[in-house]
Amino acid sequence: MNPKLFVAQRLSAFVLAAAVAVHLATILYAVRGGLSAGEILARTHGNLAFALFYAAFVIAVAVHAPIGLRNVLREWTPWRGRSLDIALALFSLLLLALGLRAVYAVYV
Amino acid sequence: MTQSASALEIEVWRGAEEGSFQTFKTPRREHQTVLDVVTEIQREQDPTLSYRFACRVGICGSCAMVVNGRPRWTCRTRVSEVLENGNHIRLEPLRNLPIVKDLTVEMTAFFDKWKNARGYFEPGEKPAGDFAVVKPDSKKRRAVDESIECIGCGVCYSACDVVEWDKDYLGPAALNRAWTLVNDVRDQGNAARLDAISKSEGCQACHTHMNCTQFCPKGIAPTYSIAGLKRKVWWRAFWGIS
Repeated sequence: MNPKLFVAQRLSAFVLAAAVAVHLATILYAVRGGLSAGEILARTHGNLAFALFYAAFVIAVAVHAPIGLRNVLREWTPWRGRSLDIALALFSLLLLALGLRAVYAVYV
Repeated sequence: MTQSASALEIEVWRGAEEGSFQTFKTPRREHQTVLDVVTEIQREQDPTLSYRFACRVGICGSCAMVVNGRPRWTCRTRVSEVLENGNHIRLEPLRNLPIVKDLTVEMTAFFDKWKNARGYFEPGEKPAGDFAVVKPDSKKRRAVDESIECIGCGVCYSACDVVEWDKDYLGPAALNRAWTLVNDVRDQGNAARLDAISKSEGCQACHTHMNCTQFCPKGIAPTYSIAGLKRKVWWRAFWGIS
C-alpha cells in the first residue's frame, strides 16, 4: 500500500468511525416504538443535512472499502499490479454510484 | 545429577523443503540446552545432521530454530523449558526462509531485505564537521535504545504471519533497523529510507499481530518500531514532513 492510499484509508476511517456511530445512534433513537418506510421517507425527503451526512458516509465507504479489499486480495491471492488497481477503482465507483443513488432516492 | 535414565525423544526435520522428521533418543542431562541436544545428536549419532551455531551463548544469533512450534535461540533455551509430554521436543528450521538442509536455512532473502529497507547508515555527501551531540535522554535516542540491540537472528522473521503471506514484505527485523536509523540524528538518508519502507511491501503491511515482539529473544518490540515508521510515513504523506 503506497503512502497516499495509507493516508486515504486512515482518513476515511476517521469519517466512518463517526458516521457509523451517528448512524447507529439515530436508528436506535428513531425506531423505538417501530418505524414504517413511509415514516422514514417523511423525515428524509428534502432533509439536506441528512443527505449531506449520508453522502459523506458513502464517499468514505467508497474510499475505505476498496483499499482494504486490495490489501486482502494482495495478501491472500497472487493478484497484483494494474489489473487489481483498475478492478478496485471500478469497485469504488460501484459503491459510490449505488450509495449516492440510494441517498438521492430517499432525499427527493 | 549428570544424566537421567529417562531419554529425550527428539524429532528433527531432515531434508530440505521436502523431507520428514527423524526421531533420535538422547540422554537427559541437567541444565542442557536444546543446542546441546542437537550437538550431541550430530556428534554421537548422525554426523550428517546440518545445523548452524557459533557462540553458544546468545551473542551471534545463528542457532535459531523452531522448537515445538516456536522460534527460539536454541543456545538460550533449556530443555526443561520446552519439553512436551515429559520427554519430547520437535525441532524444525526457521520458517519463511528456504531450507538448505535439515535445520539450516538460507538467510539471503532476510538480509537482502535489510538492504532494501535501507537499513544501513547514510553519512551523506559531506562528512559531519564535528561530533554529533546526542543526549542520552532525548526522545530520538531513547527510541534508538529500545530497538538497537537486534543481532539479526531471524526469529521475528520466522514468527511473522505477514512474511508468510507476502514473501516481499520487508519483515520486522529490517523495519526495526530502519527505525533506529530514522531516529539517528547523524543519518542523512531518511528521505530515501522512508520511500523504501513505505512501498506495498513496507511498514503499512504490518498487521500488528506482535508475533515478532512476543518471540524476540532480545526483548525488542519491532511492532512498536513499525508503528513509529507508520507514523512517520503518515505525516510525510499527509504534510510532507519527514
